[in-house]
Amino acid sequence: MIEYFMAPLVGAFFTIAVYLILSRAVIQMLLGITILGNGVNLLIFVMGRINSEVPPIVPPGLKQPLEAIANPLPQALILTAIVIGFALFTFLLILGYRAYQELDADNTNNMRLAEPSGETKPPLSY
Amino acid sequence: MALDNIAKPELELPVAMLDTATSIADWSIIFPVVIALMGGALLAMIRHSRGSQIGFSLLAVLAIIGVEAELLYRVIVNGPIAMTMGNWLPPFGISFVADAMSVGFALTAAFVTLVVLIYFQAEIVPRETRHGFYPLVMLLLAGVTGAFLTGDLFNLYVWFEVMLIASFGLMIIGGRKIQLDGAIKYGFLNFLATTFFLVGLGYLYGLLGTLNMADISLVAPLANPAAMTAIAAIFFLAFAMKAAAFPVNAWLPASYHTPDAAVSALFGGLLTKVGAYVLLRVLIALLPEQRDVFDPIITIIAILTLITAPLGAIAQTNLRRALGFFVIGGIGAILAGIAAPSIKGVSGATFYVFHAMLTMSAFYLVAGLVERVTQATDTRQMGGVYASNSLLSIMFLILVFAAAGLPPFLGFWPKLLLTEAALQQSDWWLAGAILINSILTSIAGTRLWAHIFWRNGREGKKSEVKNDRLRALKPKENRFALGASVALVLVIIIIGIKPNIVFQSATIAAKGLLQTTTYITAVGLELPTSVTPTSVAPASVSPASNPPASGVAQ
Repeated sequence: MIEYFMAPLVGAFFTIAVYLILSRAVIQMLLGITILGNGVNLLIFVMGRINSEVPPIVPPGLKQPLEAIANPLPQALILTAIVIGFALFTFLLILGYRAYQELDADNTNNMRLAEPSGETKPPLSY
Repeated sequence: MALDNIAKPELELPVAMLDTATSIADWSIIFPVVIALMGGALLAMIRHSRGSQIGFSLLAVLAIIGVEAELLYRVIVNGPIAMTMGNWLPPFGISFVADAMSVGFALTAAFVTLVVLIYFQAEIVPRETRHGFYPLVMLLLAGVTGAFLTGDLFNLYVWFEVMLIASFGLMIIGGRKIQLDGAIKYGFLNFLATTFFLVGLGYLYGLLGTLNMADISLVAPLANPAAMTAIAAIFFLAFAMKAAAFPVNAWLPASYHTPDAAVSALFGGLLTKVGAYVLLRVLIALLPEQRDVFDPIITIIAILTLITAPLGAIAQTNLRRALGFFVIGGIGAILAGIAAPSIKGVSGATFYVFHAMLTMSAFYLVAGLVERVTQATDTRQMGGVYASNSLLSIMFLILVFAAAGLPPFLGFWPKLLLTEAALQQSDWWLAGAILINSILTSIAGTRLWAHIFWRNGREGKKSEVKNDRLRALKPKENRFALGASVALVLVIIIIGIKPNIVFQSATIAAKGLLQTTTYITAVGLELPTSVTPTSVAPASVSPASNPPASGVAQ
C-alpha cells in the first residue's frame, strides 16, 4: 500500500534533481546530484518490496524466521550506494569550491579553460 | 565453529552454502583485484618515501600480470571459471567469473598500466608522488580489473565507483586550473552515468530478484518483456555515457587533455573501454532479446559515433583533444559490433577493445612526448619535429594508421571483422560508416602529422622558417618515456603482423558471450530443464524463500 505514496515521492525527487542538475551553477548541480542519489535509494527500497516491518533476524535455535521478514538485500544495496554517493559528493563539493577559488567561477559557462570559447578555425594548410 | 559443524547435518542448508573450502585455483580469480587493492593501500602508507613507490607498484602490476596470464591460459584451455565469495552458493554470494573476454581485457589493462608507470618516470614531479599518484593508479587498476572480472551487477556498480573516485584523483593531481575545469565536467557527468546505472539496477532487482549476471541471463527471458526493455534502455544510456558514445560524449573531449600525458594515456586506454565491455556483456550476453528491440537505435548511434568523432578530430587544433575524438571513434566501432551481433561482429568488437586499449594509450604517450619536444599543446604552435626527432614522427604515423585501421597495422583486423559482420546482415549503412570512419580518421591523423612533423615551423608567416622552440629530449625522458612508448608501439606492430593469437582469443570470447551456457554452468547454476515462470518475482520474502537470511543467522 505504501508503495503508492513512495512512487510519486521518488518521481518528485527525480524531477527536482533533473531541474537542479540542468542549472549552470555548480552548487545547484551538487544539490541536484544529492537529491538524485536519495531518489535512487528510495527507488531501490521500493523495488525490494515493502511488505513487512519485522527485522530479518532468525531467532536462536530456529532454522527460519517465524513470520515474513523485511527484505534485507535492498537495505544492503542502499547502504552501499549511500556510502559511495556520500564520498563522491564530498569530493565534488570540494572540487567545486576549489574551482570557485581558482577559476573564480561558479557558473559552468564561465569555466572555459579546458574548452576555450571563440576558438580559431582549424588550419587550412594540408 | 565447532558448534556449527555439529549442527550442520540437521540444518540441511546445501541450497545456500558451500561447506567445503574454495580451492586455491579458484582463489586466483580474485588475486588481481586483491593485489591491486593491497598494493594501493601499501603505497598510500609509504607515499612519503619517494624511492620505493615505483618499485612496489611495478612489483604489484607484474604480479597482477602474472596471475592474469595464468588465468587466461586456463580459461582459454578449459573454459570459464568462477568463484563465489564467502562460501555462499550462487546466486546468493557475489561471484567473480573469469572468461576469455574479461581476463583478456584485464590482462591488457594491467599491461597498459605497466607501460604508463614506466613512462611516468619521465614526467613525475615530487609533489605528485606525495599526493598519491601511485596509490591512485593501483586503485584505478583495481576498479578496472574488478569491473572486468565480477559476475554480479551490483558489484560492478561498486567497481565503477572505485574506478571513478580513483580517476577523479588522477584527473586533478597536480592541481592546475585547467585540470579543475576538466574535472568538474568529467566528475559530474560520470557520476550521473553511474547513478543511471544504479536506477537500472534497482528496477532489475525489483523485476528479477537477482543481480547475479549468470542468474539474470537465466531468468530475464521469463520476465515482463516491456519492463525488461525499459531496463535495458536505462542500462544502454548509462553505459553509453561511460563509454562516450555519440550524443552523450561531451565530457571526454572536455577533460581527457587536461591531466599529465601519462594519466591521459591511462584514461584513454582503460576507462571508456570498461563502459564498452559492460555494453557488450549486458546487451549481448544478459539481455539479448532487448538488444534485438534496440537494434535500429544501436545501429544509428554506432553510425553517428563513427562519423562525428573523426570530424571532431579534424576540427581540433589541440593535439590531445583531437586524440579524445579518436577514442570516441573507437567506441563507435565497438558499438557497430553490438549492432551486428554475429560471431564475427562480437569478436570484432572484442578485438577492437583490445586494439583501442593499446593504440589509444600509445597515442597519448607519444602526444605527451610531442608536447615536451615542442613545448606547446596546440598543433598551431608545433612544427618541424620531423627534423628534430624522427623516431617520434614514425611512431605517430604508425599509430595514425593503426587507429584508422590501415593494414598491416593492428586496427585493420577488428575493422575487417566488423565490416564483414555488418555486410553479412546486409547493414550497408553500418559497413559504410566503418569504412568512412577509417578514411576520416586517417585524414584527421595525417593532418595532425603534417602540421606537427612535416611543416617546418609554426603556423602563420613563419611556417617555412625553422621552429625555434623545439628542444631535444632529456636523457631521463629518452630512457623512460621514449623507451616505454617505443615498446608499446612495437607490441602494436608485432600483434598487427601476427594477429592470430588475439584473433583466436577474441573468437573464443565472442562464443562465450553469445552462448552463455558455459558461463552459467561455470558460475554453478543449473540450466533450466523446464520453464517455470512462477519462480521469478521476489515479491514475497517469505521465510521459506529466503535462504540467505536463515543461513546468516547460523
